[in-house]
Amino acid sequence: MMRTMIKYVVLDLIKNRIILVYTFFLLLMSLGMFSMDENTTKGIMSLMNLVLIIIPLVSIIFSTIYVYNSSEFIELLAAQPLKRKSLWLSIYSGLALSLSLAFMIGVGIPVLLFDGTLTGWVLVLSGLFQTIIFTGIALLAAVKTRDKAKGIGVAIFLWFFFTLIYDGLVLLLLFQFSDYPLEKPMIALSMLNPVDLSRILILLKLDISALMGYTGAVFSNFFGSGFGMLLSVAILFLWSAVPVWFSLKQFQQKDL
Amino acid sequence: MIIASNVTKTFGKLKALNNVSVSCSKGQTIALIGPNGSGKTTLIKSMLGMVVPDSGFITFDEHNILHNWNYRSRIGYMPQIGRYPDNMRIGQVFEMMKDLRKNSTASTDEELITAFGLHKLMHKKMQTLSGGTRQKVSASLAFLFDPDVLILDEPTAGLDPVASEILKQKMMQEKEKGKLILITSHILSELDDVVSEIIYMQDGQLKFHKSLEQLQEDTGQQKLAKAIAQIMK
Repeated sequence: MMRTMIKYVVLDLIKNRIILVYTFFLLLMSLGMFSMDENTTKGIMSLMNLVLIIIPLVSIIFSTIYVYNSSEFIELLAAQPLKRKSLWLSIYSGLALSLSLAFMIGVGIPVLLFDGTLTGWVLVLSGLFQTIIFTGIALLAAVKTRDKAKGIGVAIFLWFFFTLIYDGLVLLLLFQFSDYPLEKPMIALSMLNPVDLSRILILLKLDISALMGYTGAVFSNFFGSGFGMLLSVAILFLWSAVPVWFSLKQFQQKDL
Repeated sequence: MIIASNVTKTFGKLKALNNVSVSCSKGQTIALIGPNGSGKTTLIKSMLGMVVPDSGFITFDEHNILHNWNYRSRIGYMPQIGRYPDNMRIGQVFEMMKDLRKNSTASTDEELITAFGLHKLMHKKMQTLSGGTRQKVSASLAFLFDPDVLILDEPTAGLDPVASEILKQKMMQEKEKGKLILITSHILSELDDVVSEIIYMQDGQLKFHKSLEQLQEDTGQQKLAKAIAQIMK
């Protein structure tokens, strides 16, 4: 039953104009970045910044708006002999799948073609995680707020928080407590933000952590180790599952 | 068939349903009537499990509908506003519903699709359809699986006279088959020859549940619109 639902959601979404423009834009950017310079490391660096800002933004806002715009359709589906759980998870999977597909065509394939190294793979995986995580956060924002305008506002704020405000707060903390050794708490803090976590993983693979001084060494030591890597991936998985799980609980008792 | 017992639902401060008890049986065609915001749609949505009552319960064929979803395979629902994914074609919407409900009934009832002429528009995208055509799609979907119960929320609003006559004929035909039909409507004059029972709601309360003959007798009015007008005074 779920597979049928997902199929139709994806069929609708891949014909969506915004998704098409998004795919094309990503493709243009990746091809541009790689053709500008012979050095693919630079290309990966620039793409990383793009991936960590644009992907969360589009995933969270598009998904939020999609859920609001589909509210009448969701109501109609809720009146069919379907479990609410499969209905909600189908919508989530359909969204995550379509956005991931757009990302894979726009960024994934060019990166793997131009730079098939491990760094490239880490970038692509990070992008996929960002897509899945922010789609989940979008669903939670949309199910918690009844009002569409407010819901979109919450989504924009959450994006702003994870990509900008969070880092600002961490920096502030760093300056305030600059007399203390903060490397360990910093590791913990960056683990809490999926965007930061992805950025660190990519930067470490680029092997430029030496430029970041002592902190970089500590980070490299931790995230470079097998345990650190495993923990990071586990936390990214948690970020992918927890918001969706909460949104599901909320949706199951929501009055439509 | 559907029995609601002491159902209460509040949205914030608003009491959308206040201790409503109602019993609907097979073969009845019931009109749910009341001013805007009187709780008609909330009552319908509670029956469909879309709204969970704060207290009281609803049963479908003696089974509590709470946490149950299978009973909905026996209901056809036509919502007040039908909106579908923009890029889906009419044909895809029907296909999807058939895919989703395929094990509930073997044969489908496509009479309305042909009567409304939708079979000629199957390739059109939902986005490009007028409100009336979307309404026709919703109506056809409700009747598609030949369900035992039909729940129609403002079925004729937005339909042209020809289409609404087709829909009325279809309702009468299904009524003959002994189905339970629940209709909410503002256009009372249209319901005269279809309806057998009236439920009147106001401010979330059920004011009365009578058969049409009983109502005509009590008010001395033959026309449903006039009878209701007399009560609302």
